[in-house]
Amino acid sequence: MIDFDYVRANDVGDALSQITKHQAAKFIAGGTNLIDLMKEDVEQPTRLIDITGLPLNEIHETQTGGLKIGALVPNSDLAYDERITKRYPLLSSANLAGASPQLRNMASTGGNLLQRTRCLYFYDTATPCNKRRPGSGCGAAEGFNRMNAILGWSKSCIAVHPSDMCVALSALDAVVNVAGPKGDRAIKSTDFHRLPGDTPEIDTNLARDEIITAIELPSEEFRRHYSYLKIRDRLSYAFALVSVAAALKIEAGAIKSARLALGGVAHKPWRAPDAEQSLEGKQPDRKAFVQAADIILQGAVGFAHNRFKIELARRAIVRALEQAAAGTPQSQSVKVIV
Amino acid sequence: MSVGTNGIGKPVSRIDGPAKVTGRAKYAAEFSAPDLAYGFVVSSAVAKGRIKSIDRSAALAVPGVIEVFAHDNRPSLPSSHEKYTDQVAAPGSPFRPLYDGEILFSGQPVALVVAEELEIARFAASLVDIRYETEATVTDLDMRIDQAFEPEKKRAPEWDPPARGDVDSALSRAPTNIRTEYRTPVEHHNPMETFASTAVWENDGRLTVYDKTQGAPNCHEYLCSVFGLAKDKVRVLSPYVGGAFGAGLRPNYQLFMAALAAIGLKRSVRVTLTRQQMFTLGYRPQTLQTLTLGAENDGRLVALKHDAIANTSRFEDYQEPTVVWSGALYPCDHSTVTSRLARFDLFTPCDMRAPGGAVGMYALESAMDELSYAVGVDPLELRLKNYSERDQNYGKPISSKALRDCYLQGAERFGWSKRRPEPRSMREGRELIGYGMATGIWEAFRVPTSARAILAPDGTLEIACATADIGTGTYTILAQIAAEMLGLPLDKVIVKIGDSDLPSAPVEGGSWTAASAGSAVMEACDGLRKELLKRAGAVSNAPLRGVNLADLTWVDGEIRMTSDPSRAMLLSEALLGLNGPITSEVSSAPDEQVLQEYSHYAHSAVFAEVRLDEELGMLRVARVVSAVAAGRILNPKTARSQILGAVVGGIGMALHEETVIDHRYGRFMNHNLAEYHVPVHADVHAIDVIFVDEQEHRLNPLGVKGVGEIGIVGTAAAIANAVFHATGVRVRDLPITIDKRLELRQPTSNHAA
Ligand SMILES: Cc1cc2nc3c(=O)[nH]c(=O)nc-3n(C[C@H](O)[C@H](O)[C@H](O)COP(=O)(O)OP(=O)(O)OC[C@H]3O[C@@H](n4cnc5c(N)ncnc54)[C@H](O)[C@@H]3O)c2cc1C
Ligand code: SF4
Repeated sequence: MIDFDYVRANDVGDALSQITKHQAAKFIAGGTNLIDLMKEDVEQPTRLIDITGLPLNEIHETQTGGLKIGALVPNSDLAYDERITKRYPLLSSANLAGASPQLRNMASTGGNLLQRTRCLYFYDTATPCNKRRPGSGCGAAEGFNRMNAILGWSKSCIAVHPSDMCVALSALDAVVNVAGPKGDRAIKSTDFHRLPGDTPEIDTNLARDEIITAIELPSEEFRRHYSYLKIRDRLSYAFALVSVAAALKIEAGAIKSARLALGGVAHKPWRAPDAEQSLEGKQPDRKAFVQAADIILQGAVGFAHNRFKIELARRAIVRALEQAAAGTPQSQSVKVIV
Repeated sequence: MSVGTNGIGKPVSRIDGPAKVTGRAKYAAEFSAPDLAYGFVVSSAVAKGRIKSIDRSAALAVPGVIEVFAHDNRPSLPSSHEKYTDQVAAPGSPFRPLYDGEILFSGQPVALVVAEELEIARFAASLVDIRYETEATVTDLDMRIDQAFEPEKKRAPEWDPPARGDVDSALSRAPTNIRTEYRTPVEHHNPMETFASTAVWENDGRLTVYDKTQGAPNCHEYLCSVFGLAKDKVRVLSPYVGGAFGAGLRPNYQLFMAALAAIGLKRSVRVTLTRQQMFTLGYRPQTLQTLTLGAENDGRLVALKHDAIANTSRFEDYQEPTVVWSGALYPCDHSTVTSRLARFDLFTPCDMRAPGGAVGMYALESAMDELSYAVGVDPLELRLKNYSERDQNYGKPISSKALRDCYLQGAERFGWSKRRPEPRSMREGRELIGYGMATGIWEAFRVPTSARAILAPDGTLEIACATADIGTGTYTILAQIAAEMLGLPLDKVIVKIGDSDLPSAPVEGGSWTAASAGSAVMEACDGLRKELLKRAGAVSNAPLRGVNLADLTWVDGEIRMTSDPSRAMLLSEALLGLNGPITSEVSSAPDEQVLQEYSHYAHSAVFAEVRLDEELGMLRVARVVSAVAAGRILNPKTARSQILGAVVGGIGMALHEETVIDHRYGRFMNHNLAEYHVPVHADVHAIDVIFVDEQEHRLNPLGVKGVGEIGIVGTAAAIANAVFHATGVRVRDLPITIDKRLELRQPTSNHAA
């Protein structure tokens, strides 16, 4: 573990000037991911800039009828906030599917977006990993790749983004507000994470000297027809093998609009507009759902240990859509799947 | 000598509980010393080869770094492997840490950085630049099957019982035959407390070490032997142990490291392992087991073959009792059980909760389940049809065996009669339901143990024994036994354990502590009784003059004649005029003749209900009933906790636990608790524990058998059998993960439609 120093930032401007000054610095929020990675020498910042004192821990209404969630709102506060549970239950549910209560108490909204892959080789400096050490090779491709990608991977990296929350954010078309030395900008959540390509060391489109200030949820809420279904190796406290965020608008017995995002399958939450469009105007039935699943999984290719995920994802998508259509979303506390 | 049921048999809460939950109980890494230095272990990045060079200059340049110990600059160490052996060592050449530059396994400790602060040590450890010459490794069982061998030196010859009958021709005659292969993976114990040692350098050159261990005396002997120290120069203490499950049976390398640095620097040093480094210690070995059963049409066994191959290291022949149970449990005239080893470039495995039994009985009881379908006999009925009152391996009677009651009471509580025989025949909504059952069996040992009892004039009783409490409740049951013996309230008893200076005890393992340390404490207290009776008899006009010890009851602070309670005397009266304490120390040992004549086992019957979503494969173990026959239960509360914990371990074994190896690097890859899965709360539902009445009169004066391990034996098989009953899919390699349950390992087209 590296020797580092530690400073506190007073406000967003201070945080930005600090990160610009110090090339090897990193922000720290809840620390639930960064500290683990530092202990294993995967991350080696020589300075930590503590941002937990910044005034970014509230949830506000936006003028367009949505909500703006400060980057430092803890995952648990987000999950239990009444405005979220009533209006964006999909986001609350996805949050509760992740990690454990203790971790959610510590973890921040911004940190959740920036958590890094759980690929076993990324975590182990004794093995090769292009994401950790560009050019060293991908340990997972021919190694133990049960938790790795089936979609959007590249020759250089087959890692997945492990977040649950981000899958819901993607499905909800949330927007990430960031501040940087050149000013503020907004990044669509669907554009926030990127595919690995030849530069798997870069997880997101956030620049090193930028800070996440908030997440904005648009006004479309999907209060009634939604489900977050997470399939994992134990009934809680495990990363997704496959997770599905499904949201539907149903009018007069037909699907008016649909959102479908997958977690645990790619380097970013996976969306496919054509799969969603295929549902529009259809009866919310199994046939339509199977078709949407087939479309979103088009091109899926697995590896020695994770091929099963393709079929598993297909079944999970169908079920999540059924749950959403029926208005019986998956409970995150009762582990029986409805 | 006899015991009543005054203190014994009560569901007393742990006497060490308050100290533990308030933080007063100190664990190995929590002891301090003036001028304490901190060591951090550098682990080998490669699995095989040798160290070419060590550049420690960057590490030494860090302010606060004291020394970087490695094989090239260590204090002198003995070369003989024998010096590094210990009470639980496997046959072979024990690992010699920092001895030379040879790399035997990935994660091998190759250097120790000692610094003024832990953080400095950890940082400097990342700067030690080690270059290796590497060699190819083998860690894949399939590549070693052909070279599997019978170890020359047996750890315990009785684990390889003789063959009986002519198994091959019996198999060829048997109307029903099944032959199946089962696999179990490497598992790591992962107790909550990571291993740590605080070695305190005393001014007079003595070494006091607070260590996380299941055997302070074992570690004491090890340190004296390795570092050439006189016995009275070293003391090892382990007052509290935050779980171990077998991982603390042998001295682990952090103990060596802390002692080496303390001796080398003449300074106190603490070494704590990280969670990742916990995966560089011993583990449950991988197994490949082949079971062949031949049976009559009605299910009665006529022939049985069980062959197990398990991995060991390059340097030790670790063995465990995997197949012995198959030979012992069911009557069967023709039987051959064999076990072999395969060499891996990994560290040596070590005992993990019910070593051998947990995996061997998984295989046997899975095969019995498969047989039940083959012959069309209910699985419980099949066990009852094959019930035996004798140990089949050696034809001996069994000291006591209430397994039949386990079957019957367990089945009754579980509602086994509601089971429908065909697989996939029970469901509710989208969920398939499966019922499965299995038998459990584990050795009821007793081993030589010493103990001391000291009764102070104020009536306070101190019990001393070097054994450990690894969270099992040893403190509490020893206090109960002592309180029972002298008729004292529990709070008058002080228990001292986990200290090599105390009367010697073997490692706390094998489920033998209650029987062994318990009997020793009982006998030590009996010595006090005799002395007290002498004093009581000597009092003038004494009511107890001329009375025999056997005629007395010791209860409520009184010594009474059992047949005439009016003839009684207060214990405090017997202590009147006493100037100093009365001491009684014993070395207690089992009756060898009994062990010769009788076999001795604890038994269980485990029933499990699983429910799983047919399409998605998400599964939960909705209920487990574990009915246990283990002689007298000293404390139903702590005993139940042992079974509960072991059942959870069994759920993990069936569904979650597996340390995966990347064969290219000879390295365990999921070396943290996020990726090495054990059951979490959501995975654990109703667990019902039954202790059936079992009268044990031969093995030890307490009539106990120990309950530390029996709870895990059979549980994985019961769950695996329930999964088959629910799904009709037989998974023969643990853990039964979702892909295997759904047979999804290969892509299939549009199942969902
Ligand atoms: C055992 C375990 C299990 C888990 N299981 C799950 C799970 O099932 N599902 C799931 O979704 N997650 C899971 N997590 C991950 C958890 O959700 C993340 O660790 C957490 O959300 C990270 O938030 P944090 O505030 O602690 O981030 P930190 O660790 O503080 O930071 C993470 C990264 O984000 C950067 N950062 C933080 N805030 C900002 C900001 N505002 N602007 C710019 N950069 C920033 C930091 O520099 C750092 O690089 C698990 C974690 C653990 C340890
Ligand atoms: S998949 Fe990506 S993160 Fe994993 S080893 Fe390959 S490059 Fe590294």
